[in-house]
Amino acid sequence: MVSTKSYRFSFLLIFIALMLSWLLNISSGSVNIPFDKTLSLLFGGQIEVESWQYIIWNFRIPKAFTSVLVGGGLALSGLLMQTLFRNPLAGPFVLGISSGASLGAALLLMGISLFSGFTSLTILGDASLAIAASIGSFLVLLVVMLVAQRIKDTMALLIIGLMFGSITSAIVSVLAYFSSAENLQRFIFWSFGSVGNLSNQQVLLLSAIVFLGVLLSILSIKSLNAYLLGEHYAQSLGVSLRKSRLMVIIATGLLAGGITAFAGPIAFVGLAVPHLTRQIFDTMEHRILIPAVFLYGAILMLLCDTLAQLPNSASVLPINAITSLVGAPVVIWLLVRKRKMIF
Amino acid sequence: MTESKEHIISVEKLSIGYKSKVVTTSIDFSLERGILCGIVGINGIGKSTLLRTLGRFQPKLGGTIMLKQKKLEDHSQPQLAKELSVVLTEQPASKNLTVQELIALGRQPYTNWIGGLSQKDKEHVQHSLDAFLLNDLRSSKCHELSDGQLQRVLIARAMAQDTPLILLDEPTTHLDLYHKAQILKMLQQLAHQNQKTIVFTSHEIDLAIQLCDKILILDGMDNPFGEPCDLIEQRHFERLFPSDMVQFDTKTGTFKVNK
Repeated sequence: MVSTKSYRFSFLLIFIALMLSWLLNISSGSVNIPFDKTLSLLFGGQIEVESWQYIIWNFRIPKAFTSVLVGGGLALSGLLMQTLFRNPLAGPFVLGISSGASLGAALLLMGISLFSGFTSLTILGDASLAIAASIGSFLVLLVVMLVAQRIKDTMALLIIGLMFGSITSAIVSVLAYFSSAENLQRFIFWSFGSVGNLSNQQVLLLSAIVFLGVLLSILSIKSLNAYLLGEHYAQSLGVSLRKSRLMVIIATGLLAGGITAFAGPIAFVGLAVPHLTRQIFDTMEHRILIPAVFLYGAILMLLCDTLAQLPNSASVLPINAITSLVGAPVVIWLLVRKRKMIF
Repeated sequence: MTESKEHIISVEKLSIGYKSKVVTTSIDFSLERGILCGIVGINGIGKSTLLRTLGRFQPKLGGTIMLKQKKLEDHSQPQLAKELSVVLTEQPASKNLTVQELIALGRQPYTNWIGGLSQKDKEHVQHSLDAFLLNDLRSSKCHELSDGQLQRVLIARAMAQDTPLILLDEPTTHLDLYHKAQILKMLQQLAHQNQKTIVFTSHEIDLAIQLCDKILILDGMDNPFGEPCDLIEQRHFERLFPSDMVQFDTKTGTFKVNK
């Protein structure tokens, strides 16, 4: 496609916004570290309080980095879903993909110990949680895809996604009922969502997963653009439907599944960010949208995490609650303002 | 066989339909370069099914379809995209595309892995914009267009795909008489000036008789095919509809409602 406009200025703007929200995110937290000290530390200076240095390098910077990965990745998976289903209301949460990841995580955290008698979770590595959650989201995505091929009605598809959510929460309830208090607590904390508390190894693994998801998305750009015309048109333009669909599904499964595994189910970022992005980048061209949506999602996540930290207080709110509080009104506002979210 | 006499598409003993139900059988026709061909017939006779079969959106049940001396099913998907483009009755999924963006999507079979447009691609897009009088609308979003304008955009996209064969499913439905005539006239120009073979289905028999080089009548029996005046002489249009409602007037080439 031809981009009729150049989006260089918008990209510059959004990049500056990302830098600012990143700084804001790093400079705020339960321990009050003055902003100028944070800045001087980041630019190679030394600060007198050693614990501050430790907090920033070992806690806040990895957390900010995770926020960028989580926000960007989830937003991108939302964009992929919206294009694949050609539905403005699609997103990892709405279609039940996050529920699938939850189910995978729940089965691992609560189910295995229940059935095999393992009580300790230490034997379960970081990777196994990621794999379980990714498999869960893949499976739901595949089922949704199969249903989508039979049922052309997009409304029905969304309702099926919601039903998956119900089924998942039902199974999770049953598991929770039989689960030990310790495992249950672990699952509950996971379901609150958090971008902190990740070990360096976990951050590395998450980076690799998100990188792979982004790479597959970039490789799908051409077919994603063709999908904007509808499947038949895409096919007539030489797009192999089966191959391109599979690639997008794997990308989404990796992004939504992997991120949900490490950061818990985080709602609304995937649904809302592509729409917010289109307010600035008024285009459907995926060459523009993919980087823009990723950056925008990262910004939103950094800001939500900053809020969740409740600056200068020791408490941390569940990030999932914050993104819902921010995201849901945004979606309602978009619906009311535009009547119909134009896809 | 000279280049101009080369058959772009030839169909023999074709039967179309679905696994459970045969819709129409024994369809025979072949088209050369630069021919505008209309497919007419009553509702449910299989016009759209035929078009979908020719566009390889659904498998044929029997017979052969040769596209440029090669069986339709033997073309690879990317190869087919350079031989055959379509305009379907379904609306584009995203109406947030601009006119120019949508037309440029027609260049996908020729672009690189990320879809960047070369100078040649841009020229093709510009030619299509010019041919369908869309220059002023190039930056408009598709949801802002009227039905007639959107149809022109979709046909311009097919033109930008630069294929010898273009298939259109009911390109004139939902349009008023003026715009029906405009669209068909533009198709005729595209066929004759750019040497494209264009096949479309239509209910506008009157207009098709006036503008088409060839017409295929699907009547569920022998499916006559030929030049409009020959078909009129052979009284094929008279048998198209049950005679209790409309009668074909051979002199004017139009249908009249029974008084």
